[in-house]
Amino acid sequence: MSRQPRNPNNRRTALALFAVVGGMVGLSYASVPLYQLFCQVTGYGGTTQVGSAEGPVVPKEIAGKTVTVSFDANVARNLNWLFKPEQRSATVHPGEQTLAFYSARNDDSKPVTGTATFNVTPHKAGIYFTKVECFCFTEQTLQPGERIDMPVQFYVDPELFTDPNTKDVRDIVLSYTFHRAADPAPDPQKTSAVAGSDTRPGG
Amino acid sequence: MASEATAHDGHGGHDDHNHAPYGIGRWLYSTNHKDIGTLYMVVAVFAAILGGLASWAIRLELAEPGIQYITDAHFYNVLVTAHGFLMVFFVVMPALIGGFGNWFVPMMIGAPDMAFPRMNNISFWLLVASTVLLIFSGIIGGGAGTGWTVYPPLSGIDFHPSMAVDFAILSLHVAGASSILGAINFIVTILNMRAPGMTLHRMPLFVWSILITAFLLLLALPVLAGCLTMLLTDRNFGTAFFVPAGGGDPILWQHLFWFFGHPEVYIMIVPAFGIISQIVSTFSKKPVFGYLGMAYAMVSIGFIGFVVWAHHMYTVGLNVETRAYFVAATMVIAVPTGVKIFSWIATMWGGSIRFDTPMLWAIGFIFLFVVGGVTGVVLANAGVDLAFHDTYYVVAHFHYVLSLGAVFAIFAGWYYWIGKMSGRQYPEGLGRLHFWVTFVGVNLLFFPQHFLGMAGMPRRIQDYPDVYSGWNMVSSIGALVTILGTVIFFIVMWRTMSSGKAAEANPWGEGATTLEWTVPSPAPFHTFEDVPDMTGKAEAH
Repeated sequence: MSRQPRNPNNRRTALALFAVVGGMVGLSYASVPLYQLFCQVTGYGGTTQVGSAEGPVVPKEIAGKTVTVSFDANVARNLNWLFKPEQRSATVHPGEQTLAFYSARNDDSKPVTGTATFNVTPHKAGIYFTKVECFCFTEQTLQPGERIDMPVQFYVDPELFTDPNTKDVRDIVLSYTFHRAADPAPDPQKTSAVAGSDTRPGG
Repeated sequence: MASEATAHDGHGGHDDHNHAPYGIGRWLYSTNHKDIGTLYMVVAVFAAILGGLASWAIRLELAEPGIQYITDAHFYNVLVTAHGFLMVFFVVMPALIGGFGNWFVPMMIGAPDMAFPRMNNISFWLLVASTVLLIFSGIIGGGAGTGWTVYPPLSGIDFHPSMAVDFAILSLHVAGASSILGAINFIVTILNMRAPGMTLHRMPLFVWSILITAFLLLLALPVLAGCLTMLLTDRNFGTAFFVPAGGGDPILWQHLFWFFGHPEVYIMIVPAFGIISQIVSTFSKKPVFGYLGMAYAMVSIGFIGFVVWAHHMYTVGLNVETRAYFVAATMVIAVPTGVKIFSWIATMWGGSIRFDTPMLWAIGFIFLFVVGGVTGVVLANAGVDLAFHDTYYVVAHFHYVLSLGAVFAIFAGWYYWIGKMSGRQYPEGLGRLHFWVTFVGVNLLFFPQHFLGMAGMPRRIQDYPDVYSGWNMVSSIGALVTILGTVIFFIVMWRTMSSGKAAEANPWGEGATTLEWTVPSPAPFHTFEDVPDMTGKAEAH
């Protein structure tokens, strides 16, 4: 009401409340990196850890135990690659450095760059699954018809066998999904052909 | 608008009752809290008709196994989505907060209007724009079939390539902006413009409920705006917040959405608590039992509501400790809710109860909200929820608290205050008939859905195995009875407006102690230009 003498506090209160709104929008965006950090630190959603080649010290009482790691490979719909593990599974001792191979072949008619997402199941094992070296740390570019072997070096932290939450785990599935990364700089002469053949499904 | 305001200024302080603006300009340019409240109610009724038609189409298809009327599965999903969006954002919120809140918060605290009347006008017209955008989203490019939760990757560009989802996102953005502006208006009004002597601890419980709701809106809606913007840029500008190929995570959407979404369900029910408290007290001719407990029960429900969001996500692979926390936190909400239920019962206990129509709806609310609350406690258990997730048990649960809870409170408030809003009382017999038909209809409609859910019938699919056919038919007959109830309500509205008897200032007698009953009916265009002094008066709740 313009006639009514307005309470001078109104504007100040409203500004404070607008600031709260701005802060909450900021927090929702801040949650994106925080969530990623949270997953990396806690192994949430089966997020694996990154470690050094030295590996941990293995306590004597669990020395004889093993866990079976199975390897799983998937390819996104828009990527014409054949991607598969070279071995179905491996039996792994606590802290034992293990090397496994995947292979990928580009069945497309042009060079394609792929990038892999990964996790382990059960999710609760993610915190104890440590990769030393992995093809998934970088993008992979394959020429048409090119086939490569891709190594992953990992160990299972001995704490998996002592943590009451995870010591029932005897099987871990390590899973990768290859997605199309941003296309490499196309050959200028082929640009139109590439653009023509590169329609996204459903897009 | 500017010239109108100037004209008001020119008249000085003595244009109280006679110079109300008239014609279409009164409504388009309105800065009057009562007119804006009425406009919100009109939008709510309009959206309720659309949302109701969608739900009846759904029940028609589900009446028998097989696919009869809705042959396109995507269109079925569009109906489910439209029903959800309309009922949440364009029926329950506008009716309870925009409608009753605008009408009665200033009157109950003895304020002449809202703190920012023009911002109030903007809030309302943003809602209209948002409604138009939502209707666009339903008819453009096949419509948005995402469900009201808009989970990626279903809502992503691969599975919803048309602009329908973009329109839905923009609609929710605009509705969110509208609600945030409204929430700021309510908070400033309630904190700064109470009559002298109307301390926070003497405010009517409905005002408390709107204050708490406004804070929930203020904290939750910006998070929805944030994650909707992320989804929009994921769809259109190549970001990858929720796209695994680019390093994003669809589960992040669920966390952000439910951080908004759980407070949102309290945004829909807390104002209902406020209305029910006023009505139970009025028709029991007693002050509310345990006033402070009632107020702070709502505060604690609102507060805990922000830390239980992942109970919507038990199936995404949370570890056992996290699930244990969310189970416990969710169960804790039953405590303040129980305080409210028992306080309503204790208010009625020993009271001189009148079973007028508003009281019937209020008691119906209490009864049905308890049923929905109990199934909520069942679903709070992560282990049980693994079996019930995305089944009709969940559908039954949230319709008991919302369709039978919040909507009963809207009807209760309508019958309670229509005399004050329109100057005419509703026809009592027809009002009671409306209640009983609706009560039977909605229970017939939703109670069998518990059985269907426990037997494993999934949500959001337009067909089902023959084994579910019996209870689905019962449920659809319930929908038919509910349609009858709705028709009775429109007859009640028509009879009230055309031949309702003139309402007294206070038609409810000594039980109605709040300030809105001290002014004539219908409430004059301007009320409380001379601020009432509440110092030393009895508590007004």
